[in-house]
Order: sequence, then structure tokens, then C-alpha cells
Amino acid sequence: MNLILRKEWLAPDIALMEVEAPRIEKRWLAGQFIIIRPGAHSERIPLTIVDSNAERQSITMVVQAIGKTTRETAALDAGAHIADLVGPLGEPARIGSGARVLCMGGGVGVAELLPVARAFRAHGNHVVALCGARTDAYRILDGELRKAAGDLKWATDDGSYGFHGNVLQLLRGMAQPGDFDEGHVIGPIPMMKAVADATRDWGMKLHASLNPVMIDGTGMCGGCRVTVGGEVRFACVDGPEFDAHLVDFDEMARRNRAYREHEKTILDKHACRLGLSQ
Amino acid sequence: MAQQGNRVKPNPKAPRQVLPVLAPEIRAHSADEVALGFTAEQAKLEALRCIQCAKPACVDACPLHIDIKRFILSMVEGGFDAALEAISEQNPFPGVCGRVCQHELFCEDACLVGKKWDPVAIGSLERFCADHARLRTEEAPPSPPRKPTGPKVALVGSGPASMIAAYDLVRKNYRVTIFEALHKLGGVLAYGIPNFRLPRNILHDEIARLQNMGVEFVTDFIVGRTATIDGLFEEGYQAIFIGTGAGLPYMMKIPGENLIGVYTANEFLTRINLMEAYKFPEADTPVRVGARTVVIGGGNSAMDAARWAKRFGSETTILFRRGRAELRARLEEIEHAEEEGVHFEFLGAPVRLLGDENGFVVEMEIIRMELGPPDSSGRPAPVPIPGSEYRIPVDTVVAAIGQGPNPTLQRATPQLVTRNGKIAVNGGGATSLPMVFAGGDVVRGGSTVILAMKDGREAAAAIDRALSQEQQ
Ligand SMILES: Cc1cc2nc3c(=O)[nH]c(=O)nc-3n(C[C@H](O)[C@H](O)[C@H](O)COP(=O)(O)OP(=O)(O)OC[C@H]3O[C@@H](n4cnc5c(N)ncnc54)[C@H](O)[C@@H]3O)c2cc1C
Ligand SMILES: Cc1cc2nc3c(=O)[nH]c(=O)nc-3n(C[C@H](O)[C@H](O)[C@H](O)COP(=O)(O)OP(=O)(O)OC[C@H]3O[C@@H](n4cnc5c(N)ncnc54)[C@H](O)[C@@H]3O)c2cc1C
Ligand code: SF4
Ligand code: SF4
Ligand code: FES
Repeated sequence: MNLILRKEWLAPDIALMEVEAPRIEKRWLAGQFIIIRPGAHSERIPLTIVDSNAERQSITMVVQAIGKTTRETAALDAGAHIADLVGPLGEPARIGSGARVLCMGGGVGVAELLPVARAFRAHGNHVVALCGARTDAYRILDGELRKAAGDLKWATDDGSYGFHGNVLQLLRGMAQPGDFDEGHVIGPIPMMKAVADATRDWGMKLHASLNPVMIDGTGMCGGCRVTVGGEVRFACVDGPEFDAHLVDFDEMARRNRAYREHEKTILDKHACRLGLSQ
Repeated sequence: MAQQGNRVKPNPKAPRQVLPVLAPEIRAHSADEVALGFTAEQAKLEALRCIQCAKPACVDACPLHIDIKRFILSMVEGGFDAALEAISEQNPFPGVCGRVCQHELFCEDACLVGKKWDPVAIGSLERFCADHARLRTEEAPPSPPRKPTGPKVALVGSGPASMIAAYDLVRKNYRVTIFEALHKLGGVLAYGIPNFRLPRNILHDEIARLQNMGVEFVTDFIVGRTATIDGLFEEGYQAIFIGTGAGLPYMMKIPGENLIGVYTANEFLTRINLMEAYKFPEADTPVRVGARTVVIGGGNSAMDAARWAKRFGSETTILFRRGRAELRARLEEIEHAEEEGVHFEFLGAPVRLLGDENGFVVEMEIIRMELGPPDSSGRPAPVPIPGSEYRIPVDTVVAAIGQGPNPTLQRATPQLVTRNGKIAVNGGGATSLPMVFAGGDVVRGGSTVILAMKDGREAAAAIDRALSQEQQ
């Protein structure tokens, strides 16, 4: 049981939650995640650790309410408890130094990008962040990102803020092969795939933080397996970060759709009870 | 019953009592326990089959050395509670062991009666004593937990190995904490073994008993991640036992194994047992079981996965590369699987899986095998017959081809010596690190509940010796 200290809506369906977790606060590194179950009958779902606070012995997560479990989580308020929370899980992001680093995030992935961008900067890299949102109302953590990256550019799908278009188009317009030594991308699968394809010949190392379906998150079930460079890897323990140019994104996208009918069933069943119809 | 003075005369020739089971038609749609357990009448008759050997081979053969002879005698003399007490001296988990122990390899294999007739049904008698007491004590208010005061010992993982170590240590007044990575306790007993073999209330009750004796349980805590081995020592734990099991599933390494509908047994069973997918949508976690399921393997995991698939209404086949004699599952489970209509296909192995345009598995290519000379496991080696490939339609595939030790703790503790991923130990489970012990599947690879318990017991004794020496 972990106490929620603070909850804040960052966008219409994206909530930031600060949760008491003293042991994880002490040990986590950028790129790692936790697995939670909001309630006693919930699924186990992975969420990235976005931030922490030593004084309050807390960690921060940002959750986008898309299905049953994420909605149930986002509906919890300060003072409530999360039934189960375990971590820190996964390998930390690989952070080198002295390089020109391009950090790209889309949707809720922008929140997941924040600790990675910060860590790159703290290690003396030059960090440029390209972030994408549907519209201005979905831009999250702008202030924090501005501090974390030397340069921050936004793209919105409808042009309501910043560049009119998506992150890939923004990238194409502003960067060329040779401009960056390293990149990190996190967001929806089509975005990560597009960025990987676009930069394949750039001679730049690109890391993607993958988000396959997970269950235990401890390497025990193999449900999170992804193919990287022709090899089967377990994203929860070998990742979640892999060489984006070697990831089989199509396979991952298919596997993530495996439970689509089930997700719909359970969402319909609980939608009224939760009173969440956004 | 024939009396002889005060003693009841044993009757080893009487037929072994048959364990009543739920009718296969009912099982097909139910998660209820299959084996119903002896009635009191049956238990008494079966207990009478024990000839009370002067040198009871059964006791030596039981890895926990339960005083089988004495507990059966108590049963005959009518004291089921006294019988349970005799069992509990060595084993606080009679409800679990009586159900899942592979007794045909241990106590019952050694039973003298079995040399001429069927062996005494020791496992079922053990289970009967546990169930008999449980039914009555359920209403009794629990006494407040005891508070041990001795040195602190940390046990990692909440499987059978740690559980029995906790029992032995807490009885010696050690302050014992069990750290478990998952949100539920029990290890494989919770995530692997189905409810229809081990109802969860039995498991919970036997764990609650430890809690009541003063054992502390911490779930959602991964040693190597949430804290390190060194960190636990810094927090005042004076000895650590690693019972993290063999949770890493082996992959088939054949084309198509990442298609949708292809599971490892661990994922399939975890979804259903731990996350209760059989209750979906009352429980939130789903599982996909299509019209035709093929389970690959011949061990307990394969039987469990196949029997679940059958309960989801799937036409289910177990594909095993050797013959029936080489199956490694408990005999009872093989028989139950057969009764339930699971089809067995021997001497075949999958070579590839084929999917449709959306990535769902639809077909399996199988190659025929023949048995050759024994391999390193001592069993006849399966040899593929070239050109014998054939294809069958399939919607769900479960790979139950074995597991290796869970690597998380080892990766975070590189100074711990391992062999092929297994933690290396010598006598009493001592590892290469001072005051760090290990046992169960993390040392043996996939093994059995009772051998994991044996290791836990030996490690507890070694920890006690080491810590008492230190205190002197
Ligand atoms: C390492 C990692 C870090 C993540 N970090 C964040 C984060 O910081 N914030 C955030 O909002 N989301 C994050 N996610 C995604 C988040 O876990 C899923 O959105 C969530 O599990 C969906 O559950 P649901 O029941 O609400 O939706 P569902 O209706 O069950 O699923 C909606 C979609 O989410 C995906 N999904 C479903 N179940 C899982 C699962 N158990 N694990 C992963 N994906 C799943 C599938 O693609 C599915 O189609 C992360 C995922 C991973 C693997
Ligand atoms: C499906 C299946 C059915 C089986 N059926 C039978 C049977 O009928 N009879 C029989 O005798 N044997 C059976 N076995 C084998 C038996 O279950 C195992 O041999 C036994 O459970 C091993 O016990 P253990 O204590 O070593 O580990 P486990 O039972 O594997 O428990 C290990 C626990 O440690 C936890 N853990 C792992 N790493 C960490 C960490 N770093 N920090 C904290 N916790 C951690 C795991 O989550 C797990 O809960 C079966 C096995 C399977 C998979
Ligand atoms: S624990 Fe196993 S070996 Fe020991 S008496 Fe019970 S069934 Fe037999
Ligand atoms: S070996 Fe068989 S007959 Fe002899 S004491 Fe044990 S259970 Fe009884
Ligand atoms: S989530 Fe089960 S192995 Fe990664």
C-alpha cells in the first residue's frame, strides 16, 4: 500500500501523481519503471518513474487514462492508496557524456522523457528536446522540460502551439545527419518506428524505450518479449531501452493489440461504475 | 475391524483406497478442486494398510522426515488431531504437501507394503489430517501473533523453500522476514499450480499460520532491485536465505514464437492463477484461449496449462517429444488430464509456427521423433525423423519446456558465484558469500516442492548453527 501525496491533472486525461515510496526514491535511475496495481483486483501495469523527492520520500508518475487500469489509477486522489507498487524495474537508460543528444517524446512519453533528458544534461551533454502533443491542451511538463533540456521544441498535430505537425516532421525540418551523436525516443509505437526509420542512415545511435504489455515485470513470464536484432529479449529485465534501429516495431505493435477485444469488454463493464466517460 | 488386544490389526492386503474426485464433466467447466480427499471412513481403512514397520523406510524417504509411521498409528487409534500434531513437528504445510508432493517418488516409493501390493496412500492421509483439522478450526479466533526476539534473518522469495526455513527459524525465536517480489505469497504454489489442484484458501491458511508464529511478510519487494543483499545486511539482518526459484522460462527458439496466442507456461499460468484471468471480466487480467490449444512439454507445467485450457473449452493436445513413460509430471495429474479429455501426442516436437496477416498463430509444423540411446538426463534421447514433418491448425500454443533460475538477484550481486545461472552452494546451502545461503529451485533448477523444502530446512539449520556460534 502506497499513499498518494499529490495528484494533479496535466492535461484532460493525463494525471501526475506523487506517491510515497521511500526505498524506490533512494534507488531509482532515469529510464526505470515501476509496476502498480491500483486496486485489489487490478491488472499489473508498468509506469515510468518520472521524478522523486528525497524529503517527502516520494516518487512521481504520470499516467494517461486510456484503458480500465490507467483510468482507475488516474481517478485516485491524494490521500488514497495504491494497492501494490514495486520497483525500481528495468535497466536504467544508458547515459554517456559530452555528446549532442536529441531527446524525442510523444504523448505521455513526454513525461517519460523528462528524467532521461535531465540525466543527459546532468552528465554534461548538449540536449535538444523535441516533444509532440495532440493540441496545446495536451502539452505537459513544459516548465520542467525547459530546465532539463538546453533547447525545447514543441510540435502539435493541429498547430495550436509550436510547430504544426508531428515530431518526425519537426525533426526532418530542423536536423540533418551529423547534427547529433545520440538520440533517445519514447512515445507511441508508430512514432518510435518512424523516427528509427528516418535516422537509420544518420550514423547516430538511437535508443527507444519500449512499452510492450507486461505482467510480472520481473523476467518471469516472457509476455513482454520483443525482437531486437533478430533476438528475443524480455523488455522488463533486458530493457525497456533498446537500440531503436534494431527493434522489430511491427511485431511489437501487433503483440500490443492481442487483447483488444478484452480491453473493450472490461472498459465497457467498468465505464459507468467509474463515472469516467472522457 | 479386527482387534488384537488394544491394537487394531493392520490389513495391508486391503485394496488401496481410491481418492474420490470430481466428475470429469463438472471439472470441464470448473476451477473447483479435482481431488476431493478421503472420507473419515476411507482414511481409517487406508491407515490400517500400514504395517507399522520396525524400520520405516517411508520416514527416511520423506525429505522432511515426517514421522509417517507414528501419524498413521494415531489415525488408526482414532486421534486425527494427534496425527496432525505428529505431522506438524516436521511439516507445517500438510494441506499443501498432501496435495502437491510427488509422493510416488519419495515416501510411497519406499513404503514396504508397496513391495507386494499398492503402497499406503501416505500423501492422501497427510492431506486428510490437515483438512480434518482445518474444517473445525476455521471458526476459532486467531491468537495474537507471537513476537520473536532473536537475531534478524531475511528470506528472499516466498516459495516452499523459504516457507519451511521460516518455520524452522521462527520456532527458534529468530526474527524472520520473507521478501516477495510479487503481490501474493507462495511462489509457484501461488502463480503456477492451479486452484483445482491447490485451493488458495488452503495455501493462505498455512501461510497465515506462519504469520501467527511471528514471521513477517513483505510483498512487492525485489531483492536486487528494491534493496540489495548488502543493503539488507546494513539494515541489521544477520543472515540471508535466497529461495528465489526457477522462474525464467525457456523459449522454444523456433520461428513464429512471438505470434499472438503463443505463451510460455509461466505467462499462461500467471495470468490465470495469480491474476485470476479465469474470472475475467470480474478480474481485470485477460488470457486468450482459442478453440484449439497445443501445449508443448511433459512436466507439471504442461499438465497444468493443458488442464486449464480444457476448462476454457479448448480442444487441447499435449505434444511431447518423448514417450508416455518419460513424462515428468505427478502421476495423478497425468491421469486427471487424460480423464478430462486432454489428448496426448507423443514423439513429436514443433519446428515452426505460422501466423495469419494480423500476427495470430494459426498453424504448427511438427516433426516426428524416435527414441535413441539415453541422453545426459538418463532418458532415451528424442531423435527427429527427417521428412516426417506435418502441420496442424492451432489457436493457442503454450510452451512448457522448462525454466531456469530467476536472474535478477544474481545480476545485482555479481560477487555471488553461480553455475549455469544456478547459485552454487556447498553443505547446508552455504553460498560463496558469508552468511548468505540458498536453496530450492534457484540452486537445483526446476525441481519439486518437497526438495525445495528439504533445502530450506537444511539452510535454516545451517543459519542457526552459524548465528549461535557468532553469539557465543
Ligand atoms: C516500461 C513501460 C513504461 C510505461 N510508462 C508509462 C507511463 O509513464 N505513463 C503511462 O501513462 N503509460 C505508461 N506505459 C503504458 C501503460 O503501462 C499502459 O498504458 C497501461 O498498461 C494500459 O493499461 P489499461 O488497462 O489502462 O489499458 P488497456 O485497455 O489494457 O490497454 C490499452 C493499451 O495499452 C497497452 N497495454 C495494455 N496492457 C498493458 C500492460 N500490462 N503493459 C503495458 N502496456 C499495456 C496495449 O497496447 C493496449 O492496447 C508504460 C509501459 C511500459 C511497458
Ligand atoms: C506449473 C508448475 C507446477 C508444478 N507442480 C508441482 C507439483 O505438483 N509437485 C511438486 O512437487 N512440484 C511442482 N512444481 C515444482 C515446484 O513448484 C518447485 O520446485 C518449487 O515451487 C520450488 O520452490 P522454491 O521455494 O525454490 O521457489 P518458488 O516456488 O519458485 O518461489 C520463488 C519465489 O521467489 C520470488 N522471487 C524471485 N526473485 C526474487 C527476488 N529477487 N526478490 C524477492 N522475491 C523473489 C518469486 O516471485 C517466487 O514467488 C511445479 C512447478 C510449476 C512451474
Ligand atoms: S511430504 Fe511428501 S514425501 Fe513427505 S510424507 Fe508427505 S507426501 Fe510423503
Ligand atoms: S513403509 Fe509403509 S507400511 Fe511401513 S511404516 Fe511406512 S507407511 Fe507404514
Ligand atoms: S513482464 Fe513478464 S517477463 Fe517481462
